[in-house]
Amino acid sequence: MEAINTISLTKYYGKSRGIVNLNLSVKKGECFGFIGPNGAGKSTTIRTLLGLISPTSGSAQIFGKDITKEKESILQNIGYLPSEAVFYPGMKVKDVLRLSADMRKMNCAEEARKLCERLQLNTSRKVDELSFGNRKKVAIVCALQSTPELLILDEPTGGLDPLMQREFFDIIRERNRDGATIFMSSHVLSEIQRNCTRAAIIREGKIIACDSVDALSKTSAKRVAVHGSVALDGLDGIRDKMDMGGSITFLYSGDMNILLERLSTGHITDLTVSEPDLEEIFMHYYEKDGDRA
Amino acid sequence: MTIVKHELRQGKTSFLIWTASVGFLLAVCVFLFPEMKGEMDSVSELFSSMGSFTAAFGMDKLNFGTLMGYYAVECGNVLGLGGAFYAALCAVGILTKEERDRTAEFLLSHPVSRVRIITEKLIAVLIQITAMNVIIYALSVGSMVAIGENIPWAEMNLLHLAYYILQMELAGICFGISAFMRKGNVGIGLGIAAIMYFLNLIANIAEVAGFLKYITPFGYCDGADIVTSGSLDITMVAVGITIGMIGIIAAYMKYMKKDIQ
Repeated sequence: MEAINTISLTKYYGKSRGIVNLNLSVKKGECFGFIGPNGAGKSTTIRTLLGLISPTSGSAQIFGKDITKEKESILQNIGYLPSEAVFYPGMKVKDVLRLSADMRKMNCAEEARKLCERLQLNTSRKVDELSFGNRKKVAIVCALQSTPELLILDEPTGGLDPLMQREFFDIIRERNRDGATIFMSSHVLSEIQRNCTRAAIIREGKIIACDSVDALSKTSAKRVAVHGSVALDGLDGIRDKMDMGGSITFLYSGDMNILLERLSTGHITDLTVSEPDLEEIFMHYYEKDGDRA
Repeated sequence: MTIVKHELRQGKTSFLIWTASVGFLLAVCVFLFPEMKGEMDSVSELFSSMGSFTAAFGMDKLNFGTLMGYYAVECGNVLGLGGAFYAALCAVGILTKEERDRTAEFLLSHPVSRVRIITEKLIAVLIQITAMNVIIYALSVGSMVAIGENIPWAEMNLLHLAYYILQMELAGICFGISAFMRKGNVGIGLGIAAIMYFLNLIANIAEVAGFLKYITPFGYCDGADIVTSGSLDITMVAVGITIGMIGIIAAYMKYMKKDIQ
């Protein structure tokens, strides 16, 4: 069963583009990454799925339910972590958590207590007095305390220190193992690479690639680092070349035999050929009119 | 009723300040009455000779020497304006504040329908206005008992009922406006209440502007008319209730489909 399924989902803000013909499918129990820079349409997608904004055209289902017709029933099973956590002024953390649980008509006190303990969150403090990172922790507990079937995480680690990031992802992996579906939007690609099984890349409101993280990372291009001197002029398939005086690195997607022939004409002291990381692939997708590496 | 309780908690300070202020001022006015009663003959004479000013505040029709005549004018200024300002402030920000304070994402990502959000927020506004009126009514009656005056219940009840309806109407209008705005603006609420008040003054001064009484809710709250006729103008009240209802219906229609920023 699909946890999220969008069909030609489109959102325009007046004449401004939000998302265009977005087709996305996230399977139940999957940890799915949603990658894109600011303004690409990540938040618009999430806000449409949550019913905060109405789609201009197209449709979307969450657990088979239409987002516009069965919103309350859908939201009962969703935990949402916004990129920027904002709460009502003057409220204590415990009051915010109780308000969130009450709106779900659930008693989440025990789960909230466990999460607060793991995230080292003091529930007696007022939300106004909290740092950005601590407010994020409150939002994390709000999103997770009802043990929802689907977690929608928008830039989840912003503001968290590395130790808390690790604890957060431990919790997320546990939830995923227990069957929860994770939909995580991020521009920190290492997070996606470490935690997600599949990912989609969005550019200018359109999905430009959607595959397993392994498949997205595995391309015909290799990252080549050459130490020594060699003339690479005129060689086809070279991109992102950086000459650092004594060493040259580049992405190579041409014929490997031709590259080796050319390298043999130079004076090479060391040679490394490796898979490019997701960051490089992401950049490649964002090159104007870039073809897949 | 989670949202109702939440809104009541959020609005507690504002409620207490406004209720205490209006209640205190009304009580002070009532406590001043015994002292002023003896001088009222000359005061009434002075007020009746002030031309347009006299008509604007309905002082040409009221006897300041009676508790109700005195109370109707004081009540008109203190409870009328104070209550109207509070009702407008309370309603104009109730929906907008979620977007202004960026809490809309938190609220609307929970499994609560927009109908429930609007309804519970509206109930919270109505509860606050009702509670304020009940407290102020009790304070006024208590003050009148304390100064040993006989309470003219019929006029007293009519006056307070009229101001309660006025506040509800203004709340309905401002609630509707709140659904359309993204940035809550206190000034809009206060401005509407003030404009409505001055429209009534104009209607009292100039006969040609008499129709304005059907536009402003202060039209059916004119203490002089209520005390002298012993009743509310049902047509004006009906128009007022209709305008308030239109505001509330507009709020539902807009907010149900509104894209939350």
